[in-house]
Amino acid sequence: MSELLLNIQNERLSFFTPAGEVKALNDISIQMYEGDVLGIVGESGSGKSVTAYSIMQLLPHTGRIIGGTIDFNGHRINDMTEQNMRKIRGNEVSIIFQDPMTSLNPVYTIGNQICEVIKLHTNKNKKQALERAEELLSLVGINEPRKRLKQYPHELSGGMRQRVMIAIALACEPKLLIADEPTTALDVTIQAQILELMIDLKEQLGMSIIMITHDLGIVANMCQKIAVMYAGKIVEYGPVDEIFYNPQHEYTKGLLRSIPKLSEKEHNRLVPIEGTPVDMLNPPKGCPFAPRCDSCMKICLREMPQYTTINDGHLSACWLLQKKEFMQGGEEN
Amino acid sequence: MVRYIAKRVLLSVFTLWLVATITFALMFMVPGGPFLAEKTPSAATLEALNQKYGLDQPKIVQYRNYMVKFIQGDMGVSLKQRGRTVSQIISTGFKVSAKIGGLSILIAVLIGVPLGCIAALNRGKWLDNVIIVVATCGIAVPSFVVATILMIIFSVKLGILPTYGLTSWQHYLMPVAALAFYPTAYISRLMRSSMLEVLGQDYMRTARAKGLSQFWMLFKHALRNAILPVVTYLGPLIAYTLTGSFVVEKIFTIPGLGNAFISSILNRDYTMIMGTTIFLAALIILMNLVVDVAYKIIDPRIKLK
Repeated sequence: MSELLLNIQNERLSFFTPAGEVKALNDISIQMYEGDVLGIVGESGSGKSVTAYSIMQLLPHTGRIIGGTIDFNGHRINDMTEQNMRKIRGNEVSIIFQDPMTSLNPVYTIGNQICEVIKLHTNKNKKQALERAEELLSLVGINEPRKRLKQYPHELSGGMRQRVMIAIALACEPKLLIADEPTTALDVTIQAQILELMIDLKEQLGMSIIMITHDLGIVANMCQKIAVMYAGKIVEYGPVDEIFYNPQHEYTKGLLRSIPKLSEKEHNRLVPIEGTPVDMLNPPKGCPFAPRCDSCMKICLREMPQYTTINDGHLSACWLLQKKEFMQGGEEN
Repeated sequence: MVRYIAKRVLLSVFTLWLVATITFALMFMVPGGPFLAEKTPSAATLEALNQKYGLDQPKIVQYRNYMVKFIQGDMGVSLKQRGRTVSQIISTGFKVSAKIGGLSILIAVLIGVPLGCIAALNRGKWLDNVIIVVATCGIAVPSFVVATILMIIFSVKLGILPTYGLTSWQHYLMPVAALAFYPTAYISRLMRSSMLEVLGQDYMRTARAKGLSQFWMLFKHALRNAILPVVTYLGPLIAYTLTGSFVVEKIFTIPGLGNAFISSILNRDYTMIMGTTIFLAALIILMNLVVDVAYKIIDPRIKLK
């Protein structure tokens, strides 16, 4: 049995803005073991990125963890000082961002930016760091790595820059790699290449990955487990097959209905989820999805449902499931 | 790069010629002449003087004569300061003005850049507000007011600094401070706004995710990107400041080029007007070229064409 790498327990996080408190995360719990690949899906503003950033303490200073614990690789992240946090960032956990076009500093060479993180976290001297950087560039599938080291970001294409970002992220062989929508800004063919590369690298290096995306196709390919987030809450959590073939939460079902399928007839329209996302400044009292849910009941508007365990490791927070459980219980009695 | 610089130098020769020609034309449109003083000399004396300096010839001939001599490196003699050539006056004046101007720019950069960074890092807090208020005052208050206030405080009230001349290092303090005040304020404001923009960039987040300390994030990743607007401003600023400020030189009685520049116009000292104008134009052109090359060095994305 592999070791528990990341354990988030009931994390609550708020942004304190001039307009008021925005409860970005409400009771988030995630467990990841070494080598796990977790997908976090959800629409914009659902708290996917915030969850990931809070593991690295990368949030702006208006965002504060106000409850729960985050344990990563033997560190209690909540209690760590900025100074200690710096030793972990880029070393034990690293991140790839959404937009490779702006994520690299335009005035320094690729080599400089890769070596920087190597020199920061290891004892390698300049020459060894350059060798390692060259090695990393070939690892992420960049041709003529020696030449690339001397080039500037603007001389590379978007796909290449994302590969460079991956190289930077992998430089110190992190235990956990967070990929924050790594392919959203790339065109489709490059997307496929980058994902393939990430799967390859995962198998070679054996690190864990958190894949943040709103593309369910990516999740199906890469991940073992999926957390579906809605309005700062994990509404459904489980193994990938369970989520895709046995979705329990109405939001997850809605998401799956809105994926275009090649097998569908031409005239079948996609089914969108009606309504708009929740206003996080004034979240509804009960289940946040209730106002958009087709099967909304009275209780949904009043109280937040607890998690129901459907199968081993498959959880969902929906009153419908609680009701079903209660009815089944009733029949037995 | 070399080709680019060669091209720019060639272009600047043309610009200088244009500046010289326009100045020449404007100069003679202004009524009066170099030999008219309170006591008007006799017609015969005036004629003799005009003949001596070639001012009796048609303007186009005078223009040709000046240009031919200029190309040979001779800017002529001053019409007002007898016996001194224009190049002599410019070189002695420039030495004085450049010393004071150079010091004040150095101080403006050394204080303005850190102040701007500090303000940006403390955005919205009291330190930021203090810096903004001081910088706004610095831009609003003209240098002669600053100079006068400094004089009142340090010379009149405290009696510790001399009011005129340039014989010891104490003499430099007030003129340099008065000259540095405005650019310091301007640079800190420029630096603050460009730093704020850079701090919000994605690559700063990447730098943070790498585990870099705030110091390195700022010095390595932010400063080099944020300094470009300051460099742009510095080009013309250096040219203007090195050639001296008439106001400050007048107040502290400094024999600088700024003084010579303005008085040459007031005196209709034609050769001096030409000499100083061309000198200033050449310096501005040179500084712009230096700025463009510096741009390329700071930001590799910029292409010099």
